[in-house]
Amino acid sequence: MRDFDYARAGSRSDATARAGAGAQIIAGGTNLLDLMKLEVMAPEAVVDITRLDLHEISVVEGGGLRIGALVTNSDLAAHDVVRRDYALLSRALLSGATGQLRNKATTGGNLLQRTRCFYFYDTAMPCNKRDPGSGCHARDGFNRILAVLGTSDHCIATHPSDMAVALMALGASVEIEDAAGDVRQMPLNDFYRLPGDTPHIETVLEQGDLITAVLLPKPVAGRQIYRKVRDRSSYAFALVSVAAVVRMEDGKIASAALAFGGLAPKPWRNAKVESALTGKVPSDDLFGQAADILLADAVGFGANDFKIPLARRTLRAVLRQATEATQ
Amino acid sequence: MTLKTTLKINGKDRTLDADPRTSLLDALRNHLDLKGTKKGCDHGQCGACTVIVNGRRINACLTLACMHDGDEVTTIEGLGTPEQMSALQDAFVRHDGFQCGYCTAGQICSATAMLDEAKAGWPSHVSASLGDDVSLTDEEISERMSGNLCRCSAYPGIVNAIRDVARGGAR
Ligand SMILES: Cc1cc2nc3c(=O)[nH]c(=O)nc-3n(C[C@H](O)[C@H](O)[C@H](O)COP(=O)(O)OP(=O)(O)OC[C@H]3O[C@@H](n4cnc5c(N)ncnc54)[C@H](O)[C@@H]3O)c2cc1C
Ligand code: SF4
Ligand code: FES
Ligand code: FES
Repeated sequence: MRDFDYARAGSRSDATARAGAGAQIIAGGTNLLDLMKLEVMAPEAVVDITRLDLHEISVVEGGGLRIGALVTNSDLAAHDVVRRDYALLSRALLSGATGQLRNKATTGGNLLQRTRCFYFYDTAMPCNKRDPGSGCHARDGFNRILAVLGTSDHCIATHPSDMAVALMALGASVEIEDAAGDVRQMPLNDFYRLPGDTPHIETVLEQGDLITAVLLPKPVAGRQIYRKVRDRSSYAFALVSVAAVVRMEDGKIASAALAFGGLAPKPWRNAKVESALTGKVPSDDLFGQAADILLADAVGFGANDFKIPLARRTLRAVLRQATEATQ
Repeated sequence: MTLKTTLKINGKDRTLDADPRTSLLDALRNHLDLKGTKKGCDHGQCGACTVIVNGRRINACLTLACMHDGDEVTTIEGLGTPEQMSALQDAFVRHDGFQCGYCTAGQICSATAMLDEAKAGWPSHVSASLGDDVSLTDEEISERMSGNLCRCSAYPGIVNAIRDVARGGAR
């Protein structure tokens, strides 16, 4: 690990002032320290935000939930309101990592965890994300775990978070405080950027920005499902995952919110898939049409070709389960 | 740059003055001579380094010692002694919950905190419902212990030991 200066932020403004160029915020540290040990990341300064007052989960007026950026993945998954009204989020969190890691991993850090692309982790290899302009060997290499949607010539990495996929389906927003003390909010969908020709820039965050909270809207009615397909049934990242909130009315799909993990550089949501389902009577044909829309632009790179039919089957299975008459 | 950090380890204040890069694991083993906690992967993948910080099990390899100034740390040395073993330590011996023993300190620290998580009603990935009524079936124990790998594959003995203690088994 490279040497760095350590500072413990005493306040939010202290944190944003310190988190300038060359500095990196540390929360749970479960992703940052992993990458720093390998020198994939080598910040000159590390700003510890863990003593800031961002550990609360609170119900906001008019419904909805405010989740402090430092709430751990364990506490979020076990929270009564989350278990009752946002079960999808508990399920996604519990499907990720391990008990030990979830006790450390935070809401803000989970959103910002980096890709698990093997080349990104291997400093002996070129990688446009780690070392802009150096190239990408994943396109023609070991890309089994990488993306089939939203990729570019420069990068085909996936975003590995389960939590973020659930938050995307639940319509979450991110609250950010900048170095001037201004606070802004934006939908999670606008928070992540696609790689284009700058795969090292993954979100809209600027130097000094601090995530302060994640906001969930009022719980929506409907059945909530998180289905994660992976190489082992425990303790593995998703190859494909589907988060769904589906509400039925008079035998028809009244509303559907769907987000996908393992397929793209960001948790993926496509409004066209959802509108194709809305107002329709569920059937395998309909689910197939929804999958056609989702995967119309999907491109595999060899070893990850299987993700395209796997995504189709997983979506169909989730929609079947979500629209079943029982319950 | 070195930093002074005080940790309350197994009930006693211990101070170290170390480079900020020092992980909690290296602090315990190399600075404070508590060698019970083991280093397997050093990347959060194997669980050999599991300790309990402020009541929660974590991977000591993936956190900086300096971030824990003032925190309460429990290691395997704090759970019991050869003369006076904790219920889980005793059960691991009775059920052959190990072969080489390298993962064992991590397994026992992890299981100790896991039983508290179950008592608090935390669900797991394999729980059929998200309700509070946790029953520690073998499937539940395996899922909740998935962060602790055993290269000797002593898993059946590990599950037997934990099940025994979870059901209040005799010592
Ligand atoms: C072995 C292993 C298995 C895993 N399996 C899974 C899995 O199956 N599914 C899954 O989803 N995840 C998995 N993870 C990843 C884990 O969820 C992340 O490491 C964790 O969520 C990161 O959170 P953290 O608080 O530790 O982040 P940190 O490591 O502290 O930070 C991560 C990044 O976020 C930035 N950051 C943190 N907080 C803020 C903030 N408030 N404002 C601005 N920037 C901030 C940091 O600067 C850093 O760049 C796994 C990790 C490991 C090591
Ligand atoms: S896919 Fe992206 S992260 Fe992986 S090697 Fe290519 S540029 Fe790097
Ligand atoms: S040494 Fe910490 S998890 Fe392997
Ligand atoms: S007993 Fe040898 S690694 Fe578990």
